Amino acid sequence: MSAAAPLRQSIRAEGTGWFPRGIHPPEEKLHSRYRPVMSLPAPAEVRLPLSQHAGAPASLIVKSGEEVAQGQCIAEAVGMVSAPLHAPFDAKVGRPVKITLPNGRRVDAISLTRKPEGADPGPRLWQELCSDAKSFATCLEMPADIILDMIRSAGLVGMGGAAFPTAVKLSPPKDKPIQCLLVNGCECEPYLTADDRLMREAPAAVLAGAVLAAKVLNAGRIDIGVEDNKPEAIKALRSWRPDWPGRMRVRGLPAKYPMGGEKQLIRAVYDKVIPTGGLPMHVGVAVINVSTAAAIAHAVRFRRPLTHRVVSVTGPGVTQPNNLWVPIGTGSDQLIEFCKGLTPSVGRVLSGGPMMGMALSELTVPVTKGSGGIVALRAEETKRPEETACVRCGRCVDACPLHLTPARLGQAVRHRRWDLAARENLMACMECGCCAYQCPAGIPLVQLMRTGKTELRKRVTRAGAA
Amino acid sequence: MDAPVPSLDVAPSPHVSAGGLTTASMMREVMIGLLPVCGFAVYRFGPGVLLRLLLAMGLCIGFEALFMGMRGRVSAIRDGSAALTGLIFALTLPPTVPLFVIAVGSLVSIGLGKVVFGGLGQNIFNPAMVGRAFVTAAFPASMSAAAFVPDGMSGATPLTLARAGETLPLVDLTTGHCWGSMGEVSAVACLLGGGYLMWRGAMGWQIPLAVLATSVLFGVFRHGVDPTAPWGWTHELMAGGLCFGAFFIATDPVSSPVSHSGRLMYGSGVAILTWFFRSFSGYPEGFMFAVLLMNAATPLINQLHVTRPVGGHV
Ligand code: SF4
Ligand code: SF4
Repeated sequence: MSAAAPLRQSIRAEGTGWFPRGIHPPEEKLHSRYRPVMSLPAPAEVRLPLSQHAGAPASLIVKSGEEVAQGQCIAEAVGMVSAPLHAPFDAKVGRPVKITLPNGRRVDAISLTRKPEGADPGPRLWQELCSDAKSFATCLEMPADIILDMIRSAGLVGMGGAAFPTAVKLSPPKDKPIQCLLVNGCECEPYLTADDRLMREAPAAVLAGAVLAAKVLNAGRIDIGVEDNKPEAIKALRSWRPDWPGRMRVRGLPAKYPMGGEKQLIRAVYDKVIPTGGLPMHVGVAVINVSTAAAIAHAVRFRRPLTHRVVSVTGPGVTQPNNLWVPIGTGSDQLIEFCKGLTPSVGRVLSGGPMMGMALSELTVPVTKGSGGIVALRAEETKRPEETACVRCGRCVDACPLHLTPARLGQAVRHRRWDLAARENLMACMECGCCAYQCPAGIPLVQLMRTGKTELRKRVTRAGAA
Repeated sequence: MDAPVPSLDVAPSPHVSAGGLTTASMMREVMIGLLPVCGFAVYRFGPGVLLRLLLAMGLCIGFEALFMGMRGRVSAIRDGSAALTGLIFALTLPPTVPLFVIAVGSLVSIGLGKVVFGGLGQNIFNPAMVGRAFVTAAFPASMSAAAFVPDGMSGATPLTLARAGETLPLVDLTTGHCWGSMGEVSAVACLLGGGYLMWRGAMGWQIPLAVLATSVLFGVFRHGVDPTAPWGWTHELMAGGLCFGAFFIATDPVSSPVSHSGRLMYGSGVAILTWFFRSFSGYPEGFMFAVLLMNAATPLINQLHVTRPVGGHV
């Protein structure tokens, strides 16, 4: 097949906006979706984990006691897959510390203490991001290699959660040309509204960032996928058509979880199926989050490294839900305090949404580049059916967007039948939680999947070593 | 601002689950689905039916509590599955069945059908059918075809009639103006209840569809082979508890396969075996045996039907 054939195919590919199975959890966006983004007053201290991204941790280039200016690089990328870190405000470098991220990983971090006389850059940065189309139009002329350099040195990573370095994603191998850039504005997790607000308040940045990324990729087409429960965001994004020769479209998609999963989104928008174990680039697509797109525009137009992001602090467990523009590295407790604290009935506080987010055991955990929300739930919301035996009702099968058989996978893991688990494709599971959400027997299916995947991975490594 | 730090609870994702959906609520839905069937049985055969249904349910709950209590797991009875087993078991019996038959059948359903395997979820066979098979073998007089017709009445069950080459008007079959077990006589009531279950999503549509569609196919086939046969595919569908079985017996989730394709295969298997028993065996009401046989084949079907993940096998 000639290289041009798949190119033409992908550019024309049209999905129906649908993907099979999945679930419809209550959206719960009302807590915070009408709260405009507010800039959190700069905290006295931030703690920046050196590893907030997929790949090698960044390496510190400043010493304790040194003074750094807002936007100054304090840690460099190490190796190919990595990302640098920057100071969110004028600060004095403190001691290296160890912190535990919500996923349980203990990582090195550096503490920065704000200089009391220094200004709070937050409001200005947010204003820049909300600039109008005219302001962003000027940067679209930039040559692709310079854009890529800026993205790399700005420390951009995927802000939808996976935190994969953006510059790496935008430089796919030569034999995997990208025809379509898919900008993910689904925000399909219940409660979260950070991306929604960003699209509404900074649509020009999102659109400009998308065009910049498409230029770097040399893609011919941009699709911005937004769930249709965010009509204002869709309208805002349609209000400007950046000057760009390719095809560009803002696509409303039916709200369904996990529409924001790469595989599901690509199926819905392009009707293409990523092979199991493959990446979007295997079907000629690159997916970036809307926050990442906006950060790209911010970095290119205003030369701003990634130091702030929008975080939703929401759920019935916080007194005043909000969407906040916060310095990365701020402790979650500070965000919560700004939102007037937790309600007495709070039961569980999550980093991320309720489907895939992680429960926090301590609230001092800093906001990282990939964390878009803090959700506080009461015991009522987190209650799950008392665990009983699997009745093989098949609801998990009806829910699994990857078409696995969670009931049998769970059983295989319980009985430590690793051969069965492998045969039934346990490794394909993306831990989206649809199965466990639906299970009437309250079986902790996702937990079982994780256990099983860890075990199977160990076995593969062991087999590789032998 | 020195609010007391609330104690935070930590658990793996997902942190929310579908509201109100539990094993018990699923069982409840099925019971609601059975209401038209029970109601019709009481209307058709009198209050004795009510007594028998309640007795079977009560006994099943009692036996489950007893057995599970012996294993220290009394809480298991709250899921409502024992009551459902009792109800379904009783509905497959003749309306005038002696009460001791119900007692023995309930004991066997719960004891042999369920508890010996380790309780709900572990059983290989449909417990109600285990009990039913046992009483069929143990009390042939109470369970023979004649037992379905009360003393002093004339007539026979539709399937017995069919063996004799006679047939009943289709309208009598669908509306239940015929003799048969308490649950099976009115196909309309079964369809009503089954429709409710589908509508509520309380069970998948795959098994009922496979059973009914395959039966139609084989009914047509039979008619093709022997056009003089008194039975068309409509009779195949409406008589002998096929509708009841398709919606309420074959769909017992625990003893049927879990994947969609597996369920279609299972349902077709049940229908084919039923047709076979109806055509060639001494037990015209072959549904029970068909289900038990397919239960035994379920582990195999599960193994054959590994779902193909989106994007292909790992
Ligand atoms: S949803 Fe739960 S009870 Fe139903 S088959 Fe799946 S694991 Fe079993
Ligand atoms: S967690 Fe895994 S098995 Fe469960 S629904 Fe998601 S992909 Fe399927």
